[in-house]
Amino acid sequence: MKTAEISNIADTAALAERLREFIGERYVVSATESKRPFECDGLSVYKQMPGLVVLPSSTEQVQKTLRLCSQHRIPVVVRGAGTGLSGGALPHRDGVLLSLTRLSRILEIDPDAGLARVQPGVTNLAISEACAPHGLFYAPDPSSQIACSIGGNVAENAGGVHCLKYGLTVHNVVQLTVVTIDGEIITVGCEGLAGAGPDMLALMIGSEGMLGVVTEVTVKLTPVPSHCQVILASFNQLEHAGDAVSAVIAEGIIPAGFEMMDSHAIQAAEDFVGAGYDTNAAALLLCELDGTEEEVRHCIEQVTAVFRQHNARSIRVSQNEAERLLFWKGRKSAFPAVGRISPDYYCMDGTIPRRMLSRVLSDISRLSKDYGLRVANVFHAGDGNLHPLILFDESQPGELQKAEAFGAEILRICVDAGGCITGEHGVGVEKLEQMLDQFSDAELAQLNAIKDALDPDALLNPGKGVPTLKRCQEYRST
Amino acid sequence: MPGVPLDVTAIAELLDRVRAATAAQRPLCIIGGNSKQFLGREQQGDPVDVSEHSGVVDYQPTELVITVRAGTTISELRQVLAEENQVLASEPPEFGGKATVGGSLACNLSGSSRPWNGSIRDHVLGVRIINGKAEHLRFGGQVMKNVAGYDVSRLQAGAMGTLGIITEVTLKVVPKPETSVTVCRPIGAGESLRIMNEICRGPVPLAGACWYAGDMYVRLAGPASVIGAAAARIEGEILPDGNDFWSRLGEMNLPFFADAKDLWCFLLRSTHDHFEQDEGWLIDWRGARRWVTARRDRDTLEGHVRDAGGELWQVRGAVQGADVFPARSAAYRKTLLQLKGALDPVGVFNPGRLYSWM
Repeated sequence: MKTAEISNIADTAALAERLREFIGERYVVSATESKRPFECDGLSVYKQMPGLVVLPSSTEQVQKTLRLCSQHRIPVVVRGAGTGLSGGALPHRDGVLLSLTRLSRILEIDPDAGLARVQPGVTNLAISEACAPHGLFYAPDPSSQIACSIGGNVAENAGGVHCLKYGLTVHNVVQLTVVTIDGEIITVGCEGLAGAGPDMLALMIGSEGMLGVVTEVTVKLTPVPSHCQVILASFNQLEHAGDAVSAVIAEGIIPAGFEMMDSHAIQAAEDFVGAGYDTNAAALLLCELDGTEEEVRHCIEQVTAVFRQHNARSIRVSQNEAERLLFWKGRKSAFPAVGRISPDYYCMDGTIPRRMLSRVLSDISRLSKDYGLRVANVFHAGDGNLHPLILFDESQPGELQKAEAFGAEILRICVDAGGCITGEHGVGVEKLEQMLDQFSDAELAQLNAIKDALDPDALLNPGKGVPTLKRCQEYRST
Repeated sequence: MPGVPLDVTAIAELLDRVRAATAAQRPLCIIGGNSKQFLGREQQGDPVDVSEHSGVVDYQPTELVITVRAGTTISELRQVLAEENQVLASEPPEFGGKATVGGSLACNLSGSSRPWNGSIRDHVLGVRIINGKAEHLRFGGQVMKNVAGYDVSRLQAGAMGTLGIITEVTLKVVPKPETSVTVCRPIGAGESLRIMNEICRGPVPLAGACWYAGDMYVRLAGPASVIGAAAARIEGEILPDGNDFWSRLGEMNLPFFADAKDLWCFLLRSTHDHFEQDEGWLIDWRGARRWVTARRDRDTLEGHVRDAGGELWQVRGAVQGADVFPARSAAYRKTLLQLKGALDPVGVFNPGRLYSWM
């Protein structure tokens, strides 16, 4: 990694002065206490105080900031709402933390075209709320959707419960305005759905703030389905539930959401919100179906039949909107619920082919015994995206390291099962080493070449996403 | 269904070709089924035929995932999927059985269901490519969600072979809709745009909305129990051979295309007003893709596009050597050239195919 030239306090002060000329006094933060809220994102085991926190309010201010940083070779870490789970927004000690929370306007909603143009700091949920009067919503719904920003969603290619049917961020964004490290503006994508030339829109989505800074996002809106019901089913064995998931998809049904929880997660969620879950079950499935009334009724019959064939203990179908929301409430609060039964937890994010669910879950359960750490599984079963939560106590010496080693082993199992190390949380700082499980050196070199081409001085979110060649050698030799 | 293993010999030969071309700095012209030479600029360089590199590598119907070699034709792929009652959601054209999967990803052409079902770009889960350093690399994978590394797989969509030779593609497939119905009614182009966009606002299982030769066509696809009721809510007559119409539109087999010496394609926000008189226009994708035939002045058409924030492609009738895809800003060109350099440092893959400057 290349280091920036400006690295001492005096220079930071000089930089702050230059930035304040066009961003304003209040929005260039250098005082330690005021910078503290920015020292980590949702993965708080990684902390770093940034050199400066800068909060621009326009694309022009972003351009000027990047020009200045580029000129003085100062690292820039872009931050949205800071809800990321891989340390992607971990600040750089000598760099600028560029917070886009003030770019928070919805610029345009075109309900007829089914498009909304928004600034990156708008929260995910705010888009759906603004479109609700038109009978439309923005489909990707990460569990942090109340707080997370659309810019952060773009950086991570965020998913969520509904992406099984409606796709990920990459399927629901049609155009981006991107500021390059030189401060130039490019528009990628096309409102006409298929622009000419290489798909730079897809390249930017999920690039974790390492190739450019997004200052405007045009998203696709989806009509709110007229009907929606959820089936809650419990099973005596994890394997039965895992196989039931594959069987439903094999029937040709694409549920709007298809989630699974294991016994630890069921118990924690039930204690926390009292959603009426079957606490004696080893696994629970939530299968949401939406569409027209006829379509939903038809699918409920089919899914219920499949669940019976796979030895479901109990099957309940939501009878009204209040009950549907109650069934979901347990799942949606599962993470904080698990937080109550353990001092700390570490959330993993591997994805595997659905048919491997049972096998991988058994492997995780075996490892859990070997490591002496409990695991709660809450995840997007429909698309094979696992979120094992490893429970540990950071105050116990060595336990964090043990949890991390356990996590790394889970990700290797995912890769071996034909899957990948991250489905939606991103690589960030957290999974740099695991990138070596998924890619060869030549492939990593190709990814680095793309980074070097667009950001030759490695100023945009340096040290994240893709391990440098030097780090690869270090990892492979250990 | 595990299929053919990696064709080691064929890959070794391709790697040799790239190595030799790079050493000699001689451009290569990548050819799959040679069915889309009408798109983009003229091909240059020594031909590299990848059509023989075909076959299903792995097919897991219950996962809704298939991996094929890039030379596999779309028609062959459709047949394999049909046996499991599955389809390619994006309906890429077959072009007389010649179009290959690699070429379809490289050009990213889609059928009329594009606004609802996405393009092949939306369904690609992973690729193997040969880059300009003659390395055979794998990006993405076989799972629906994968955010490790930059999305090199989707970057190939629309690149028209300028960023490497695609050798293998993994695609998400979908269950075949139980049935489809097409509703048709006579109407003017401008009015059809308004109605199409209005229909699209509702939760209706749409799979096509176009205007052609004085008629608006709306296609619905899904379970029979749902489609009948939904179609009844749309004004117009049921077209008896609806699928045939959409197929001829997607394959560019309608008389509209056959007769056209000049052909332009607009890609823009679907709600933008109709530009001119109705004659010579075909509106697809609920208004987001609009074809126009007959000789037109590029400046006039580009004026339309500038106002609409879209793109204009010249598909037929371009002056030899001219650029046919939209002009790009200096910053965009710089970024694209940087990317090209990262994947193809010597510039051997399809130079000039997309743009005169790349």
